[in-house]
Amino acid sequence: MRVTLTVNGEVRSADVEPRTLLAYLLRDEFRLTGTHVGCDTTSCGACTVLLNGVPVKSCTVLAVQADGGEVMTVEGLEQDGQLHPLQEGFWESHGLQCGFCTPGMLMTAYALLREVPDPDEETIRRAISGNLCRCTGYQNIVKAIRYAAERLSAAGAVAGEVK
Amino acid sequence: MFPAPFEYLAVRSVEEAIDALARHGYDAKVIAGGQSLLPMMKLRVAAPSVLVDLNRVEGLSGWQEDAQGLRIGATTRHAALERARPLAERYPLILATAPWIADPLVRNRGTMAGSLAHADPAADWGAAFLALRGQVEVQGPQGTRSIGADDFFVDIFTTSLAADEIITAVRLPRPVGHPEATYLKLERKVGDFAVVGVALNLEVDPEGRVAQAGIGLAAVGPKPLRAPQAEAALIGQRLSFNLAREVAALAAEAADPTSDQRGSAAFKRDMVRVFVQRGLESLRQRIEGRQPASA
Amino acid sequence: MALEVTEARPLGKPIKRKEDARLVRGQGRYLDDIALPGMLYLALVRSPYAHARIKRIDTSRAKALPGVHLVLTGEDLAAKNLAWMPTLAGDKQMVLAVGKVLFQYQEVAAVVAESRALAEDAANLVEVEYEPLPVVVDPFYALEPEAPILREDRDPPSNRIFHWEVGDREATEEALRRSAVVVKERIRMPRVHPAPLEPCGCIADYQRATGKLTWYVTSQAPHAHRTVLSLVSGLPEHKIHVISPDVGGGFGNKVPVFPGYVCAIVASIGLGRPVKWVETRTENLTSTNFARDYHMEVEIGATEDGRVTALKVFTIADHGAFDAAADPTRFPAGLFSIVTGSYDFPTAFAEVDGVYTNKAPGGVAYRCSFRVTEASFLIERAMNSLALRLNLDPAELRLRNFIPPEKFPYRSPLGWTYDSGDYAATLKRAMEIIDYPALRREQAERRARGELMGIGVSTFTEIVGAGPSHTFDILGIKMFDSCEIRVHPTGKVIARLGTRHQGQGHETTFAQVIAEELGLTTDDVIVEEGDTDTAPYGLGTYASRSTPTAGAAAAVAARRVRDKARKIAAHLLEVAEEDVDWDGQRFHPVGAPARSVGMAEVALAAYTNLPPGMEPGLEASVYYDPPNLTFPNGAYICVVDIDRGTGQVHVRRFVAVDDCGTVINPMVVEGQIHGGLTEGFAIAFLQEIAFDDTGNCLAPNFMEYLVPTAVETPRWETDRTVTPSPHHPIGAKGVGESPNVGSPAAFANAVIDALAPLGVTHLDIPLYPWKVWEVLRQHGITE
Ligand SMILES: Cc1cc2nc3c(=O)[nH]c(=O)nc-3n(C[C@H](O)[C@H](O)[C@H](O)COP(=O)(O)OP(=O)(O)OC[C@H]3O[C@@H](n4cnc5c(N)ncnc54)[C@H](O)[C@@H]3O)c2cc1C
Ligand code: FES
Ligand code: FES
Repeated sequence: MRVTLTVNGEVRSADVEPRTLLAYLLRDEFRLTGTHVGCDTTSCGACTVLLNGVPVKSCTVLAVQADGGEVMTVEGLEQDGQLHPLQEGFWESHGLQCGFCTPGMLMTAYALLREVPDPDEETIRRAISGNLCRCTGYQNIVKAIRYAAERLSAAGAVAGEVK
Repeated sequence: MFPAPFEYLAVRSVEEAIDALARHGYDAKVIAGGQSLLPMMKLRVAAPSVLVDLNRVEGLSGWQEDAQGLRIGATTRHAALERARPLAERYPLILATAPWIADPLVRNRGTMAGSLAHADPAADWGAAFLALRGQVEVQGPQGTRSIGADDFFVDIFTTSLAADEIITAVRLPRPVGHPEATYLKLERKVGDFAVVGVALNLEVDPEGRVAQAGIGLAAVGPKPLRAPQAEAALIGQRLSFNLAREVAALAAEAADPTSDQRGSAAFKRDMVRVFVQRGLESLRQRIEGRQPASA
Repeated sequence: MALEVTEARPLGKPIKRKEDARLVRGQGRYLDDIALPGMLYLALVRSPYAHARIKRIDTSRAKALPGVHLVLTGEDLAAKNLAWMPTLAGDKQMVLAVGKVLFQYQEVAAVVAESRALAEDAANLVEVEYEPLPVVVDPFYALEPEAPILREDRDPPSNRIFHWEVGDREATEEALRRSAVVVKERIRMPRVHPAPLEPCGCIADYQRATGKLTWYVTSQAPHAHRTVLSLVSGLPEHKIHVISPDVGGGFGNKVPVFPGYVCAIVASIGLGRPVKWVETRTENLTSTNFARDYHMEVEIGATEDGRVTALKVFTIADHGAFDAAADPTRFPAGLFSIVTGSYDFPTAFAEVDGVYTNKAPGGVAYRCSFRVTEASFLIERAMNSLALRLNLDPAELRLRNFIPPEKFPYRSPLGWTYDSGDYAATLKRAMEIIDYPALRREQAERRARGELMGIGVSTFTEIVGAGPSHTFDILGIKMFDSCEIRVHPTGKVIARLGTRHQGQGHETTFAQVIAEELGLTTDDVIVEEGDTDTAPYGLGTYASRSTPTAGAAAAVAARRVRDKARKIAAHLLEVAEEDVDWDGQRFHPVGAPARSVGMAEVALAAYTNLPPGMEPGLEASVYYDPPNLTFPNGAYICVVDIDRGTGQVHVRRFVAVDDCGTVINPMVVEGQIHGGLTEGFAIAFLQEIAFDDTGNCLAPNFMEYLVPTAVETPRWETDRTVTPSPHHPIGAKGVGESPNVGSPAAFANAVIDALAPLGVTHLDIPLYPWKVWEVLRQHGITE
C-alpha cells in the first residue's frame, strides 16, 4: 500500500506492506534511524515519535495507520543548525550514556514541555515512565528536562516554537 | 518481531466495519488503539488475515454527557479520559483509574472499548466498568444492542460480543448521589498489569449515606469481578472504620485469584481486603471533609 | 549557545561528552542502523522444549517461500564442522541443535530471506518434530545420581562442569570450630539478565572477490571476537574486519559469541551477500546469556566481641546447558574469591561447583568483574547476619573488621593483593551524610509505634581491571589492553584503543587522560575504538577493565609521546634535554618560563624541523600489562519503609560513597554510579529469569522481566573518597560496576533490617511485595 505522510515537515511516501510498523517505515524506508527499537512487547519506548503531535510507540502503530498524518522524530528537533534546548539539556546534564533510549526520551519530553511547560520532578518522572533507560538511572534525565524547561521559559517560548 | 501478513481496511463507517467483519468472519479483527492487538500480532499469538481499522470512523471518538449519563466513543483514548477534567464531578472513577493504565505512551493510543473487548482479567477498565455498572453499545449485522457490565465478561479474554459485533461506545449511568471514587492498584512497576486492582465507586446521599456502591476487582479471577455482597453491605450506611473492615472482608471473599509469579492466591485475596479497606477509609475522609455537619 | 567547553588540564573535570554531539541528534550509528546494498535478513527457529530429542526437521515449506534464500539446520553446519562452537569459558556450545535441544528457545534452524518479516514468516514454516525428554531445572537435582545426563558429548558424562576451590579448607574448618560464634546462611543470587536496551546483532558481509569478511557486530570485545572467529571458521585473521559501531549498552551481554552470529557469517559466505541478524528482545532474554544463578552457603565465624575468624563458602553455580561464561581461563568461578570482601579474615575457603541444567547458557559477568557481585552480595549479607547474632550494629561490626589502611598492599587469605583503600573513612563519610545515629534513633521510635523501617549498610570491595598476564587470559589471550596515539603535524591527536565503550564515555574520558598528559584540550583528541583494522589489539570493555588497562595504556603512550616531544622541544628551545621543564601544558627552559613551546609547535617540528638523527613523526603505541588488579570500594547506606499491608518496600534514601581512586571525569563517574545503582535496585526488587518445572522461561520479555522506570527508581545521593591506586599510572581504579556489585546487599540488608525484630535473618532477592507479605503474615502482622 502507498502511504504518504509528513515527516519532520517534509512530505514523504513509500510503498509498504500493511504489516509494516511505523518504526520500520521510518528506519528502513526513510532511513531515519534515530528512532530505535528495543523490545517486542511495547514496553521500552525507544521507538517513541510524535504522531499528529502525540508521543506514541511507533513499534505499535502500523505505517498505514499514519497515512496522511504528521510525524516528528528526533531528527526533527534541531532547527537551523540549532539544537533544541532538550538536546542541550541532555548533553549538559549527562542525560545519556549509550544513547539508545535518548531519541525516545527526547520526543516524550518534547511533548511534555508542550503540555506542561514547567513540570516538577514528579511530573517528569511520570511522563517518561513509558521510556526505559538501562544506563542512567533517570536522575540526570530529569535534570536535563528541567534544564530545557528553564531555558525555554527564560526564552519566553514553549517547546516547538523556539527559534 | 513482525505480524503475519494481513489485509488492511481503513473503514470510514461502523456499517462498513461490520460488513467487513461479517464477510471475513473469524479471520477478521477490528483494531482500535492496537495496544493489545498489535503486540499479540507481533508475537504471532494473533494472526488475523483482515484488520479493520476503526480509527478513521467519524464520530467514534470523544465523550458526551447527557441526562442518562456519560457516553464514551469507541476510539476515545485512555489519555483523553485521563485529561477529561469536567468528568471529575460526576465520574471521578474514570479520572482515578486512567492514570494507572499501562504507561503514558500506551495511554495515548489505547482505548477503553478496546480494553473491555480484549477482556484481560487484569485490565483496569474492566474493574472500573463493573463498579460503575456500565453498559456497552454494540452494533452488528442484526442491528444494535447494549450489554450490561455483569453480562459482558464471560471468561479470560472472552466476552459476550459476537465475532461480527463492534462496541461503538461505553455508557456509564448518571450517578444517583454524590460520587466519590478511587482506584487502588498493586503493580510491580509502571507499565505492569495489576497484581491486584480495586475500583471503588460510592454514590452518597445528602446525609452522607451510601446510595449506590460499586466495587470492581482486577486480576483476581478469570475475568474482572464485582463484589456484590460487599457492595450490599454499604448501602444505606455511613462509612466508618468498622464498616470498611467488614466490607473489605466481604470483598476479599468475592475474589477468586490463582497463585503465580506475582504472588499466591492468599496474598492477592488479602490485597483486595487491604485495598478495599484503605480505599473506603480515604473515601470516608473525603465525604466527611465535604460534609462536616453530618460527620 | 556553544556547547563545547574546552579546558586546559582536563583531567578530573566534568567535561561534557564528545559522543553526545551525534547521540542527542539521533545520529548514532548502531548496528541495526547499518544497511548494506543487497542485504538479507536472518531469523532463527527456536525450540519450544527445554529438553527434547529432535526426530525430524522439515525445511521444505520454508525453502519454498518466495524470497527465502537459505535455510540452515544443525546437520548442514555439522557437514561444515560448525555445528558446535567454543565458548569463551572453554566449553562448547551448539550453534544449531544436532540430535537434541537442551533449553527452551535453543537455536534449531536459521532462515535467510529478503526482509525481516519474510525471514520470520519462513522460520514459522520450518517444521520440527520433538520427543520431549525429562527436564533438569534444579541445579541441586542435576548433581543427584538419578538425574539425567544432559551433555552426552562430555567425558566423563556428568552434569558437573567443574569443581573449583580456593583457600585452606582445614584451617578454615578448624578456625570455625574454635570460633565463639558461627553464623550460617543459605543465600541465592537469582538468574538475571544484563538486557542492554539495544539487543545483540550483527551483519556479516563476505566479499567473494577479496575473500574478506567484514563483520559489524554489537561487541564489547571486537579483537577477541575476530580471533575466535578466525579459529572457528578457518578464515585468516587479517581477512576478518570486525567493526563494533555505536553500542547501545552492553553490561556483559555483548562479550560472548552467539549462534546467530555464526549463522549469519556462514550464510554470508555461502550466499556472497551481506546478512543481518538482530535478535528480538525475547531472544535476548531467553538465549543470549544470563548472569548470576549462584546458590551459596556461607559460614562465618567470629569472636564474642565481633572479630571475624574464618569464612567458608560452598556454591552451586547453575550455568544452564552450556558454560558460556566469559571468565578468564583459570577462573571458572571468576573472581569469586574476592568473597572475603573488605574484612581482615585470618583464613577462608571457598568452593564452587558448576552444573548443567536445561536452561539458557551463560554465566556472564553482568556489570560485574566476573562473579564479584555474587561474592560481594554473599559477604555483605553474611556480615549482617553476624551482626544480628552478635547484637551489634552492622556498621560497628564492619568498622571492627575492616582491613586497616596501614595493611595495604593487603594479601587476602584467598590470594589477592588489594592495592589501596581506606574503608573506615569511606563508611564514615556515608554515615555522616545520612546522619546514621539519627536514623537509628528514628528507627527505634518507629519500631515502638509498630512501623517497619530498615537501614541497610554495604561496604564492598571490588576487584577489577583483569588483568596481569601472569594470571589472566581468555582462551590463551593475555588480558592486556592497548592504546596507540598519533599526533599529527598541527598538534591534533587520534588515539585508538583495544577497548569498546557502550555508553561509558571513553571518547571523552580517554581524551581527557591523553590531553592532560600532552598539554592539550579534549577537543584536540579524537578517540576511536571498535575497528579491528585500525585499533591495536585489546581484550575489550567489560569487568570495569577499560580504565585500569586501556586507560593506563593511554596515559603511558601519551607519556612516551611527551618524552619524544621533550627532545624536540629541547631542539626548538636550543637547550639540553635535561634543561627542559614541562609545566603541564608547555615545555620551557628550566628557570625561563617566558620562553616556551607547546605540543602543537613540537608536533609541527616532528614533521618539519627535527633534531639531527631523530626519526620523524610523533606517535606511540603501548600494550599495557597491568602489574595488579585494582580494588575500588564503597560504602552504601539505604533506608527503606515497608508497607505493613502490602509488603511493598519504599526506598526512602540511598547514599553511595564510592572510592574509585583518581577520578577522570566526575560527571561520568556519577552517571555510572546512578546507572549501576538502578540496575542493583532492579536486581534486589524486580528481576529474575525464573523457570517452571518443565523448563519454560517465565520472564521472556519486558512485560515479565521488569526494568524499573523513572517512577520506581529511587533518588540517588552520591559522594566519594579518593584513594588512588598506587600501581595505575594515574591512580584510577574503574567504576562502572561498583554500584551494581555493592548495592543489592544494601537494599536486601535494609529490608531484612526492617524485619529483623521478627527474627528474620535472610530473605532471597528479588524482594517482591508478596515475599515480604508472607513474612509479615507468618508473624501475625497485618493492616
Ligand atoms: C506495555 C503495555 C502495558 C499495558 N498495561 C496495562 C495496564 O496496566 N492495564 C490495562 O488495563 N491495560 C494495559 N495495557 C493494555 C492497554 O490498555 C490496551 O490499550 C487495551 O487493552 C486495549 O485497547 P486498544 O484500544 O489498544 O485495543 P486493540 O489492541 O486495538 O484491540 C484489542 C482487542 O479488542 C478488540 N477491539 C478493539 N476495539 C473494539 C471495538 N470497538 N469493538 C469490538 N472489539 C474491539 C480488538 O479486535 C482486539 O481483539 C497495556 C498495554 C501495553 C502495551
Ligand atoms: S520498541 Fe520497545 S516500545 Fe517500541
Ligand atoms: S542511555 Fe543507554 S538506555 Fe538510556
